[in-house]
Amino acid sequence: MSTPIQFTVNGSRQSVDVPPMKRLLDVLREDLHLTGTKEGCGEGECGACAVLLNGELVNSCLVPALQANGSRLCTIEGVSAEGRLHPIQQCFLERGGAQCGICTPGMILATHYLLDKYPNPTLEQIQEGLAGNLCRCTGYMRIFESVQQAANTISP
Amino acid sequence: MRSDVSLYDLSAPPSLDAALAILAKEPGKYTPIAGGTELMVALGVGRLAQHSLISIQHLRELRFIRVEDEAIHIGAGTTFTDIRRSQAIAVDLPLLVQSASWTGSVANQNRGTLGGNICNASPAADTPPALLAYGATVTLISANGTRTMPYSDFHLGYKKTVLRPDELLHSISVPRDFADYRQYIRKVGTRNAQSISKIALAAIARLEGGTIADIRLGAASLTDRPVRCSATEAALQGQRVDGVNLEATIRAARAALATEAKPIDDIRSTAKYRAAVAANLLEEFLRSL
Repeated sequence: MSTPIQFTVNGSRQSVDVPPMKRLLDVLREDLHLTGTKEGCGEGECGACAVLLNGELVNSCLVPALQANGSRLCTIEGVSAEGRLHPIQQCFLERGGAQCGICTPGMILATHYLLDKYPNPTLEQIQEGLAGNLCRCTGYMRIFESVQQAANTISP
Repeated sequence: MRSDVSLYDLSAPPSLDAALAILAKEPGKYTPIAGGTELMVALGVGRLAQHSLISIQHLRELRFIRVEDEAIHIGAGTTFTDIRRSQAIAVDLPLLVQSASWTGSVANQNRGTLGGNICNASPAADTPPALLAYGATVTLISANGTRTMPYSDFHLGYKKTVLRPDELLHSISVPRDFADYRQYIRKVGTRNAQSISKIALAAIARLEGGTIADIRLGAASLTDRPVRCSATEAALQGQRVDGVNLEATIRAARAALATEAKPIDDIRSTAKYRAAVAANLLEEFLRSL
């Protein structure tokens, strides 16, 4: 069975007709071709599929499509504006916070959410805010530095 | 093996009454889904047996924190993040806030609900030990009305509860008169963060002089369900924890706990380890008094 789903994705209205239990992650990647959102574990452990749903950080692999009906979504494709990298993205680039890149979209969204709550986060707040985002490349130190630099850039 | 999602049915009833009417019409046919942090994992690996679901995630009637003189009432649809953001809960029920804060990651706390944590009925769930120690009551609702009971009576066994197929957990009510209690909670898992507990203990006690005037203990993974440790509480009631009396009290506590510790063996730990660590946690609490 399929159900019409309407939502606003990165500022534009979208309509899809999908099975209501289809994972939001798959709707984004397969139906909307927004492949910046990655699948890691598919169990809500790794955060690679993190997006903002009505401003809240969620793992899109655990959201049935129907529960996103009428919502406002922000994916990694919506973080940059007018072809310019968001300061968070720029800082991840400059500080080596991204290596293979699979975890990076989720890291960027989790950082976005963190800095909305704590514009000048402590290291502990950064660690907790990103604890649901696993990275197998960097060892996390460069990611923490990227987040700190992003905080300093956005809220000096 | 991924599930074929086209074989699953999900609807979003417009109100709590509408959801209850659907459950009443064909009891057992529909499984409620809220934040999806449990059922969607099962779906992802092709193990979600229930094929007809109703979403209760959007129901505002189930998402509230209402503070009254005697108790704080928390709707079953309240997320872990909602709990962590509540000033009243932070002041009166610190053990609940602590357990909410170590339930998964921020993204999962934004979706997972207190009601889901209870109704999923895992013996290892994070919030039940605190709710049991605080002596919470639960209110269940169906098209036929509501019933309220001590939360300690809710769990019947491994993943088994008193919830009927036509019922939903409506709310959890927690007394808030613990200002003069010492409060303790500790979760032992594989790591400090993002892990499911091997064993967890929540404890509160009120002392008069060096004597335990009241003590309540709630545990995760101590048996096949979340439990209140009534035998240990009874053994500790009126015992002294000052000076030379402390060691005898600890011995009595360990002996009593051994009578009601019946943990399971599973992939996360063994029954033997769980029983041993539970006794160590209890001793840690008693030494802190």
